[in-house]
Amino acid sequence: MTAETLKKTGSAGWMGLFRNQIFIPIAALLVLVIFNLIADPSFFQISYSLNSNGDPVLSGYLITILDNASELAILAIGMTLVTAASGGQDISVGATIAIAGSVVLRVLCGDNPRPDEMQASILTAFLVCCVVSMLFGAFNGALVAFLNIQPMIATLILYTAGRSIAAWINNNRLPIISDPSFGYFGTFLPGVPIPTPIFIALICMVIIALTLKFTTLGLYTQAVGINPNSAKLNGINPQMIKFITYVIMGLCVAVAGFIKVTRFSTINYSVVALDIEMDAILAVALGGNALSGGRFSMASSILGAYVIQFLTTTLFKFNVSSSALPAYKAVVVIALVVLSAPAVRAKMGKLWRSLQASKLKKEAA
Amino acid sequence: MKKVLLSLLVLILSATTVFAAGAAETAGTDDGGLIRVGIINNDPNESGYRTANDADLKRVFTEENGYDASYYYSLRNDEQISGARTFIQDGVDYLILSAAGTAGWDSVLMDAQNEGIPVILFDRTVDADPSLYVAEVVSDTNLQGQTAVDWLASQNLDEYNIIHIQGVMGSSAQIGRTGALNEMVANNDNWNLVTQQTAEWNAETAQQIVQSVIDAGTPFNVIYAENDDMARGAVAALDRANISHGVDGDVIIMGFDCNKWALEELLAGRWNYDGQANPFQADTIDSIIKNLEQGIEPESKTIYLVEQGFDATTITQEDVDKYGI
Repeated sequence: MTAETLKKTGSAGWMGLFRNQIFIPIAALLVLVIFNLIADPSFFQISYSLNSNGDPVLSGYLITILDNASELAILAIGMTLVTAASGGQDISVGATIAIAGSVVLRVLCGDNPRPDEMQASILTAFLVCCVVSMLFGAFNGALVAFLNIQPMIATLILYTAGRSIAAWINNNRLPIISDPSFGYFGTFLPGVPIPTPIFIALICMVIIALTLKFTTLGLYTQAVGINPNSAKLNGINPQMIKFITYVIMGLCVAVAGFIKVTRFSTINYSVVALDIEMDAILAVALGGNALSGGRFSMASSILGAYVIQFLTTTLFKFNVSSSALPAYKAVVVIALVVLSAPAVRAKMGKLWRSLQASKLKKEAA
Repeated sequence: MKKVLLSLLVLILSATTVFAAGAAETAGTDDGGLIRVGIINNDPNESGYRTANDADLKRVFTEENGYDASYYYSLRNDEQISGARTFIQDGVDYLILSAAGTAGWDSVLMDAQNEGIPVILFDRTVDADPSLYVAEVVSDTNLQGQTAVDWLASQNLDEYNIIHIQGVMGSSAQIGRTGALNEMVANNDNWNLVTQQTAEWNAETAQQIVQSVIDAGTPFNVIYAENDDMARGAVAALDRANISHGVDGDVIIMGFDCNKWALEELLAGRWNYDGQANPFQADTIDSIIKNLEQGIEPESKTIYLVEQGFDATTITQEDVDKYGI
């Protein structure tokens, strides 16, 4: 019944949506929503209660999804730009998140891994972390833009070495910050029932939306991605544009790393943000963006990130046994990626048009 | 210009490969009566356990203690094997080894035997004929799981509704710590698994798993996490939902590895149990070598480390200082 009505309301905008790139992640999201509605409508319940500190919090699967997808959504922003400009992906983001988190903790802890009070303001730590991450981004960007190395090979260096660098920054110790105000950024601000990472992700999205609207970044990135030579002839410096996208990726990594360490006020170099680069790339692919660069849709990528988290949470909810979990995820991912492949979409568009045409013929007859 | 850049790149790349391969710290040649040991270990950055393990080895195998120790670190089996060959060629007196993987060690161990170099395995065992090594000093992960499950059984709850958060599937710690619990659940009607999923040693994934159970409204009263990080993630989810835990709480929290911060959680009564994974093998290896020097073979090939579990109601500050890693 509920699924029925949803489908009907959806079919109104079907035609226009179909041509749009954002159709793929929206369709995937709809499938997941409908599946959960049929299986157990309580999935969409949100409850309001107090946490153990006595602060009000909202909880429920939807909140969990929005909360935990924050880092991925932020990374998807950077990954989309990098993909569009350089036609390749940055696979070092998981390792550089470890570096970013380690820098935050190092600045706040100084030499003492278990400080009673923080040695610097959180803002200072965050800014230092941004600078360091952008430097690492610049390193990747320089290899790709100026030395013309394949992005995946260039970022392989930090992918391999990043976690060791992160451990080295803190002398191999695992610092823990006991000051509760640090944890506000990864959990809840006192009195605000919505998890803080959701706000941070929103701020990032607003910033990138404004940047794409009011600067030429988006246009230039696409121009470089489609054809660097003709971009050059039109007065755009392709090397600079590629370089800049990797620096922006570094900034996204800094924010994501900051959220990661504030979630538990500590870090584990070997597992923090493990394999997140694959999810970020998947988000870009799910958004229907060509992984070979060129045109891109930022909104689709970000939505793709939320689809991935929606899927993960759904699988947790249905208690899929641990050994089978990756297999389920793989099947869904294959289906989604195949559907979003340009060739398949073109076929589907054709099919839809011929269906429409035969319908029109029937009506005419 | 291009040539300069290219050669610079080659330089950088070759430098990184050297770093990645892990430089073997070569030992001095004049031994002066010192016992030369070649120690092959996993990267100390791997985990808190490994860091403590490496520090313990460095504490024991010193010149004051009569040793001339060389270290080789890698998380990769093939690199470890070539490191072992280097040590054999250098003619160390003993080869001490924590293998990254179980397979592929036969031929190199045979080489060591032919050269008359005794091999002592620690922490992890390998798939090779036991005659190829003199002793293995290892953790009994099955016993770790059994100790924890026995402790849980001794709590005499009417009903056990357990959230079981597993480590990376297939790792020896996961297999040992899962085995005992699975058996108990299969044999007792009042033991139920609310959910059994892997968080791959990751706190955040553990939090999501527990959050999912809370959101579904399924009742539970035990969280059995196979390491401390995952227990911490689980507790964060409980705190968010205002569910009491620890001593006198509604939910029993169990972790493994005895990180110092985890034992402090026990001491504060926020967790109930933490099982030890003993990283301190160096003293045992030291006594084996000292005995071998006097011609005394170890009594048995496999030597299990003593590993205990800590209960929040009995743990003391001394325990935290002594066993916390």
